[in-house]
Amino acid sequence: MSEFLRQYLTVAIFAGAAVLMVGAMLGVGRLLRPVRPQPQKYLNYECGVDPVGVGWSQSQIRYYVFALLFVMFDVEAVFIFPWAVRLEALKVFGLVEMTIFIAILALGLLYAWRKRVLRWV
Amino acid sequence: MIFAVALTPAVVVAQVDQSPINLPSIDYGSILPAVVLIGGALLLLALGGLSRKRPAPGTYALVTIVTAGVALWFSFKLWDQVDANRARTTIADAIVVDGFSVFFMVLVCATVVLGALLADGYLRREKLEGPEYYVLMLLSASGGILMAQANDLIVVFLGLEILSIALYVLAGYYRRKPASQEAAIKYFVLGAFSSAFFLYGVALVYGATGSTNLGDISGLLRERPFTNGVLLAGFAFLLVGLGFKVAAVPFHMWTPDVYQGAPTPVTGFMAAGAKAAGFAALLRIFFSTFGPERLDWQPIVWAMAVATLLVGSVLAIVQTDIKRMLAYSSISHAGYVLVGLQAATDRGVAGSLFYLLAYTFMVLGSFGIVSLVGRRGDEQHSLDTYRGLAARRPALALVFTVFLLAQAGVPLTSGFLAKFYVIGAAVESHSYALAVIAMLAAVIAAFFYLRVIVVMYMSGDASAADGAPEDPIRVPVAAGAALAVTLAFTLIVGFLPSVVVDFARNATLLRL
Repeated sequence: MSEFLRQYLTVAIFAGAAVLMVGAMLGVGRLLRPVRPQPQKYLNYECGVDPVGVGWSQSQIRYYVFALLFVMFDVEAVFIFPWAVRLEALKVFGLVEMTIFIAILALGLLYAWRKRVLRWV
Repeated sequence: MIFAVALTPAVVVAQVDQSPINLPSIDYGSILPAVVLIGGALLLLALGGLSRKRPAPGTYALVTIVTAGVALWFSFKLWDQVDANRARTTIADAIVVDGFSVFFMVLVCATVVLGALLADGYLRREKLEGPEYYVLMLLSASGGILMAQANDLIVVFLGLEILSIALYVLAGYYRRKPASQEAAIKYFVLGAFSSAFFLYGVALVYGATGSTNLGDISGLLRERPFTNGVLLAGFAFLLVGLGFKVAAVPFHMWTPDVYQGAPTPVTGFMAAGAKAAGFAALLRIFFSTFGPERLDWQPIVWAMAVATLLVGSVLAIVQTDIKRMLAYSSISHAGYVLVGLQAATDRGVAGSLFYLLAYTFMVLGSFGIVSLVGRRGDEQHSLDTYRGLAARRPALALVFTVFLLAQAGVPLTSGFLAKFYVIGAAVESHSYALAVIAMLAAVIAAFFYLRVIVVMYMSGDASAADGAPEDPIRVPVAAGAALAVTLAFTLIVGFLPSVVVDFARNATLLRL
């Protein structure tokens, strides 16, 4: 085995240990615990509230716009933070580049707004 | 106690890092064509988003053509620079300016101009007019240029994604038609999968060589050629990812469905632009960068070329839909370009480039005619539609005949010389079997090209027989101009190849 692959041996051992540990804990628990089935115990867990409807119900497609906008601004922020920290070192060049970047994203938002994507239908 | 410690606000002393950042020098001239295309796309987007009233019909196409024309002009200026000052890398070695990248800039920009000319009339006929089509086409083209210019595997991947994501949307542009939506979803799912393959290949090559920079990798391999499993796996994954983009067998399954379902001008643009960009990356990565390791990848490319040539030609025979037939024929064309890559010589690469150039114009012209004959609704694509076309529209049938003959590789067209050069390169590098198979595939392919010609010229008019009132074929001026340009190119290069052959031969890759 090459040195490169040997380094991954640690990962394999770690993964094996994890599987073993989970298996052992669940197995021991199964042996020790009392079994008293009740219908409430077999409901799906939804943060403590009783589930409503079936699991295969449709979800609102309207939310995807929010997901997209979130990703857009999230990524924008990811780029802006390091830029803001090192703005002094990046000088005017950095300012111009970031202005272009924000302007392009703003244009996209403007386009979406004009195409009435942001309206809740 | 523990909570109290955790809740105590940490006193952070803001430390201003005063060390200077070494910004790489940026040669804006070298990326100007891509920047111009993106600028044009943004302009169109602003136009579409801001103007309250619809602009005059054709405005969007005009802006696109002007943008691509300016990008084309800058590309030619870069060509002069490359001729004078030789090739160079710039922007922290991430971008390379050599004859090869300028060649693909010219090719992609020309594809955009012709694609916009063909799309204008089509979009108006189908009532799909809007700036989005052109915006996506320009952005996609900028990605293609970036792929050809990239000198770093990460930049290649960026270009690949910019090219592909716009194309996924374009394939579904005819949103009223379920077939178009299906094409978009199919292309997107499989394309995303192949992108993941490509990225995994990048990771493995990085693991084996310690760099994603193509210059560094090729320097390392030239200095000390080594074969290890990780590097070979990296080759394989990169080949899968790019093989998908250029529709090489066995990664071709999406091609017929997507080419058939997508709006016909988009199909033309996809077949020309995306394939050219994919081959640009394939040639640069495999020939130029992994060249010292060619004995490892040549057999795989050999097998892919053989499979692509034969599967493409044989399966095209049984198609009754003209778009599917042309899709399979474009697969077999990819096989010929792979023949040039397999040779792994300068002559082979020049042959591949010439083939791509000739193919781009043939395929754009062919799909242009298919989009016109498809008529309103873009649905009449069965072979029967072409029955007796020569009697009804003699000029159109004649132009289509020229494109089909060129694709078949008949002498005095650009297609003959293209096939001649790649097969010549294969013979020169002693791949005799591959050369024979390529010629055999050309013979098989000639059958289905000639069948369309026979249907157009020698069978009775189908529409006259059933007596149904026929929707006449209209040829808009812009589409006519695009057809004239592609036809002229195909014939002139067939008669006087010297100009373009020199262009392809001088488009050499930068050796680092």
